[in-house]
Amino acid sequence: MTTGFWHQVSAVVHRDLLRERRRGDVLWITIPFGAIALLLIPLAVGTDAILLRQIGPGMYWVIVMLFGVLVSVGKASNETLPQQDASALLGLDPAAGFVGRATSATLLLLIFEVVVGVVAVGLYDVSIIGIPWLIVTLIIVAIGLALLGTLTGSIVNSTSAGTALVPLLVAPLSVPLLLGATQSYEGLRLGHSILSWVLLMVAVVLIVAIIGVLTARPLQET
Amino acid sequence: MTESPLVELDGVGVRIGSTQILRDVDLEVDAGEEVGLFGANGAGKTTALRLMATLIRPAQGTGRVLGADLTSPERYDVRRRIGMIGHTPGIFPELTLVENLLYAARVAGVPSERAGEALSAVGLGGAADRLAGASSHGMQRRTEFARELMIDRSLLLLDEPHSALDRDAVDLVEGLIARTAAEGGAVVVVSHDRDRINKIASRTVELAGGTLS
Repeated sequence: MTTGFWHQVSAVVHRDLLRERRRGDVLWITIPFGAIALLLIPLAVGTDAILLRQIGPGMYWVIVMLFGVLVSVGKASNETLPQQDASALLGLDPAAGFVGRATSATLLLLIFEVVVGVVAVGLYDVSIIGIPWLIVTLIIVAIGLALLGTLTGSIVNSTSAGTALVPLLVAPLSVPLLLGATQSYEGLRLGHSILSWVLLMVAVVLIVAIIGVLTARPLQET
Repeated sequence: MTESPLVELDGVGVRIGSTQILRDVDLEVDAGEEVGLFGANGAGKTTALRLMATLIRPAQGTGRVLGADLTSPERYDVRRRIGMIGHTPGIFPELTLVENLLYAARVAGVPSERAGEALSAVGLGGAADRLAGASSHGMQRRTEFARELMIDRSLLLLDEPHSALDRDAVDLVEGLIARTAAEGGAVVVVSHDRDRINKIASRTVELAGGTLS
């Protein structure tokens, strides 16, 4: 009996979400730390309401980028060798494993974005404008960061360099996402079209997704 | 079962990093065989099992497992027919025992009903909802044996299968070994316990300094 690619993806997503529910890494550690980081910034720059309203969206996206990548890298690299061997011997397609881990990371990042977003609105008095496009941006950024972190986690797992590689791998590819997210919000605020920024982020997502799927097997076999 | 020998290693060497772990290993395991593999710590037993599980490639020599060349992509197609239980359990401590088996069933394309049946077969029916991480090492190993019962394997690779198991569980392991061999599969058992392995293995080999004798 064979099993389909998407059936395996759903098995990995279900497994990872169950593990997260029991461990609570994102819900009880990452989200509170993200919220605290947003809280500390006004203490550092002062309580000038106008200044905070101006820098609030940028700060929000920086926090999402930094913590988001950490979440997805952590999720992608928290399997022991015996666990990886067992999954391989169940016939798990490495590409399905990659997509599954990235999907579960995306769902967790969406929760992170929403909760930290509520904190940002409360602390920085950030305006919520262009809600449909804002939702699109949040989803694309979550997918992009999840893919990026999952790919990075796979690379880290397959090399002896370990987590020292993470910033070097993440920085170049996360910059377009950060730019796209901040400029999309600015475009919405000014009433400009944000289509080009959305397309930039979609292009990054597609590139990382293709690289991740194509390299899943070679990285696992390294 | 059409591929015999199920394992065929010819002059195989394995390097991990700059260290030569196995050298010039020749081994054939035929269908129906139960092979005992002895060796001191660091002799390369675990590497030999991972090699036979197609999880690492030989650096020298040639090898085929279940008819698949160990250096070609065809080895991916036979993995689902290979079961391996190592020293450290390959299950997820945050999942319950039955959730671990349900995950395995979903990935392997096995009906989910088999998860509960397999768990009952290893005497863990009453502990299905216990977290794996909160279970004893013996229960974790039983869960791994349940996984192997649930999925029809042609080749079983067992690393110290008797450790941490009580008498009932040892009987289960030996039953699984006998069943696999009787159904035309093969079993390779790594152990330090020569007396126990001599009772169940049809042949024994010794690994010393990365080579078989």
